[in-house]
Amino acid sequence: MELLLASAVGIMTACGVYLMLRQRTFPVILGLTLVTYAVNVFLFASGRLAQNLPPVLNPEATAYSDPLPQALVLTAIVIAFGMTAVVVMIALSAYLSARDDRIDMSEDDTYDDEQTADHVDNAEDGA
Amino acid sequence: MMHLIVLPVVLPAILAPFIIMAIRHHMDLQRIFSLAGTVALVAITLTLLAQAATGDIQVYELGNWPAPFGIVLVLDRLSALMIALTALLGLAVLLYVIGTDWDLKGRHFHPLFQFQLMGVMGAFLTGDAFNLFVFFEVLLIASYGLMIHGGGARRLRAGVQYVVYNLLGSTLFLFALGTLYAVTGTLNMADLAERVAVLPADETALIRVGAVLLLVVFAIKAAVLPLHFWLPASYANAPMPVAALFAIMTKVGAYSILRMYTLVFGPDVGSTDGLVGDWLLPAALLTLGAGTLGILGARKIGKLVAFSAIASMGTLLIAISLFTEQATGAAIYYIIHSTFATGMMFLVADLIVSRRGGIIAPGTPMAQNGLIASLFFAGAIALSGMPPLSGFIGKLLVMDGARDADQWALIWGVILIASLVTVVGFARAGSLIFWKGYEAEPPDEGTQETHPAPTSALPFVAVFGLLAGLILLSVFAGPVHDYARATAGQLFDPQEYIGAVLRGGK
Repeated sequence: MELLLASAVGIMTACGVYLMLRQRTFPVILGLTLVTYAVNVFLFASGRLAQNLPPVLNPEATAYSDPLPQALVLTAIVIAFGMTAVVVMIALSAYLSARDDRIDMSEDDTYDDEQTADHVDNAEDGA
Repeated sequence: MMHLIVLPVVLPAILAPFIIMAIRHHMDLQRIFSLAGTVALVAITLTLLAQAATGDIQVYELGNWPAPFGIVLVLDRLSALMIALTALLGLAVLLYVIGTDWDLKGRHFHPLFQFQLMGVMGAFLTGDAFNLFVFFEVLLIASYGLMIHGGGARRLRAGVQYVVYNLLGSTLFLFALGTLYAVTGTLNMADLAERVAVLPADETALIRVGAVLLLVVFAIKAAVLPLHFWLPASYANAPMPVAALFAIMTKVGAYSILRMYTLVFGPDVGSTDGLVGDWLLPAALLTLGAGTLGILGARKIGKLVAFSAIASMGTLLIAISLFTEQATGAAIYYIIHSTFATGMMFLVADLIVSRRGGIIAPGTPMAQNGLIASLFFAGAIALSGMPPLSGFIGKLLVMDGARDADQWALIWGVILIASLVTVVGFARAGSLIFWKGYEAEPPDEGTQETHPAPTSALPFVAVFGLLAGLILLSVFAGPVHDYARATAGQLFDPQEYIGAVLRGGK
């Protein structure tokens, strides 16, 4: 089981990192999701692996699994879920307003406009 | 039982949902409640600062669960100073935002602002490593909203980068926490400190990995050189007042480094001895260098100030990375200075951007040119570390703290040359923006009228407030530095903190 879990974490992280290095927003977000899955599984393992053991007090139990990592993972899942939703929304609106879903900003973007965007409600092209 | 310590977290946490649910459609009411909440925060945090200044460490057990089983909030000198700093900066930024109608440019500015304050306050107060992660997420998710406030294609694209970078940082944070928990079986900082200290010497491999992973996470937050790439694009494209508030966010990274690497992985802990300082010092020197070069090369005022924020983080981290009591005292003084100076400069930058655009080039004259030029001048003096403002004292203290270090010549050289280059960079930007303006082509008839009229006094109140903070910091440098030294003393005597948290010693 240790080998299975460790390789799952490793492969998911590797795929996630590869996807995050892509140029378009969508693969990057997928990569982030994969890495958060990997870290969730990793957190489980930090409480040692155990099968069929109760996490809370049980008079018949001889041993226990660690309940704390499960609580941590629950928190991490909720946060990662919320964050992914936020990044999808921001990426979508960035794509719709810039008509471009590249994750990097070309150097032109930094000084292409005479008037900065702050006080002009602009939808100008950044590409 | 003192409940005051939990108020900096609870007050914004109640205020923000109230604003969003009850008074969403009434901007005036939103402003009143947001401002009242922030003023109350200033009062609360200053009271807490006065309490912490006596040297007591207050521990607040949430839900009355004793540490290490429950989550604790801990108020020592450093936490009290940081929350007071947050509240003061928050108040100035909020005044500015209300004065310039920034909050009308998008939706839900005030609730996001309150959530942001809540996250920062919580991060400074918590005594639990996982809770630190949760508060990081609170402040980050609020900052995502603030960062893209007002919209615009470039800002949204910069926002995507910012979010992706920070999500990656959060994931690394979780990996680090998982590693620490796997080795020690606890996430309470005081408990961690005790268990790391007694770890057998041949079982330190994992804890060293955890310590370095954690350093990487905090270095991302603090914009240390190889991990600083998110900062210039994000801060320069964020609304400038929001960027001014973000001046405290890089300090969250610096605070976390100070806290974790004096308490848990302190200089006396054999298993991680020298691990952090050896890496952090060169990175901090490079950060200062890169920030300074950025100041020299910036073509937009937003980038200019963003790079000066990086440079001041570099100076700060040089002082932190020495991990001596004297240097840490200097670092704490510099944190106060750097927060006020960076925040003020971003506000001045917004005054400029709203009048003539952000390009650093000769342009048309703008309203209140002289006043803004003086403020820019004062901010530049503060950020480049020239006398008489507190940047000079701060840099002097940092250099004095580095005097006993092995690489003192290198540190002094980098700081001094960086100061010189910063002066040149700011002088270039300032003279192009404020002086060359009148020599430029006279504008067409039509465009003359589009220049915004002089704004109300409120934005200037905010900027002058921060400037007053800098002046007070210079005038009362003695007492403030005494406090900073006492804080450093407390940090380098972690037994007091551990005892207060784990054994309820008041």
